[in-house]
Amino acid sequence: MLNKRRILMLLVPFVIFIIGAIFLATPLLKGSDPSKLESALIGQPVPKFTLQDIFNQNKQYNADIFKGQKMLLNVWATWCPTCYAEHTYLNKLANQGLYIVGMNYKDDRQKAIRWLKELHNPYQISLFDKSGLLGLDLGVYGAPETFLIDSQGIIRYRHVGDLNEQVWNDKLSAIYEEMQ
Amino acid sequence: MIAVRNMAFYIGLIISITALTSYPAQAAIESFEFDNAQQEQTFYELTKLLRCPKCQNQNIADSNAELAKDLRNKAYQLVKQGQTKEQVVDYMVTRFGNFVRYDPPLTPATIFLWLGPLLFVMGGVFILVKQVKTQTGKKQALAPQEKQKLASLLAQHDRDSER
Repeated sequence: MLNKRRILMLLVPFVIFIIGAIFLATPLLKGSDPSKLESALIGQPVPKFTLQDIFNQNKQYNADIFKGQKMLLNVWATWCPTCYAEHTYLNKLANQGLYIVGMNYKDDRQKAIRWLKELHNPYQISLFDKSGLLGLDLGVYGAPETFLIDSQGIIRYRHVGDLNEQVWNDKLSAIYEEMQ
Repeated sequence: MIAVRNMAFYIGLIISITALTSYPAQAAIESFEFDNAQQEQTFYELTKLLRCPKCQNQNIADSNAELAKDLRNKAYQLVKQGQTKEQVVDYMVTRFGNFVRYDPPLTPATIFLWLGPLLFVMGGVFILVKQVKTQTGKKQALAPQEKQKLASLLAQHDRDSER
């Protein structure tokens, strides 16, 4: 009887240890990156804005461009090496018929135009966010970021970092297909 | 020859020391002007409280990141417009989520931060009380056999020390 209790008492710390280990190991093994934050805007419409077209200063856009069909909003800049890395894949997605809006974030207009001419332009619309105003409202904390937006203009998901084939197939395509 | 070798050694030493020492990041010197001391105090508190989303574990006062600079400027603008500390925090939270706060609110996800220590202390007290109870229960008089053994051991000890 006493022995049983002793074993039980000794088991308690062991069980607590196991629970703690599982709690700490799960995110590690799943490969989740603590630097990736979930967007605070999931389920909310794209914030209001007025931004110029990157090619044409006289052309302006507002949040209405996000309504009518589901699409991707890609935040990029020429100073961002990862944006360069993912650009080829964006072209591929655009060729598959995806509607992608680009937002050039805190960048130089001429450099950005040169980039799009040389590397091909996957964007149906290119916004120019020189001061990072829309970036701040979207909670952008580092380029590249890609938002999945449904036809009502509601943000459904945000991916931070490189958008490549693996990320698209593993996670984003399912969310994209499910969106209205 | 030896002198040259010595010099090479010292140069190598200096290079490795420079490479291995990380200088503490210094926030760029920015000058913000306020209408009154109250605003300045609010801004100061905000930059301590708001966490830079880009840099994992620094507040926006300490961080040199471009984003931290933007958030400092935005906080400054809002404070200057006369917004309260809570309003500015709300502004940031609606954009960056609760990650941006260094004092998290009480939500289902964070409740363990408050309950955890409490449960821990209560568990400790529970185990302590149990332990004390079993200990006191064990205090029994010696059995006759044990008494005899004790007496003989003591006698043995006395004899040994007399020698």
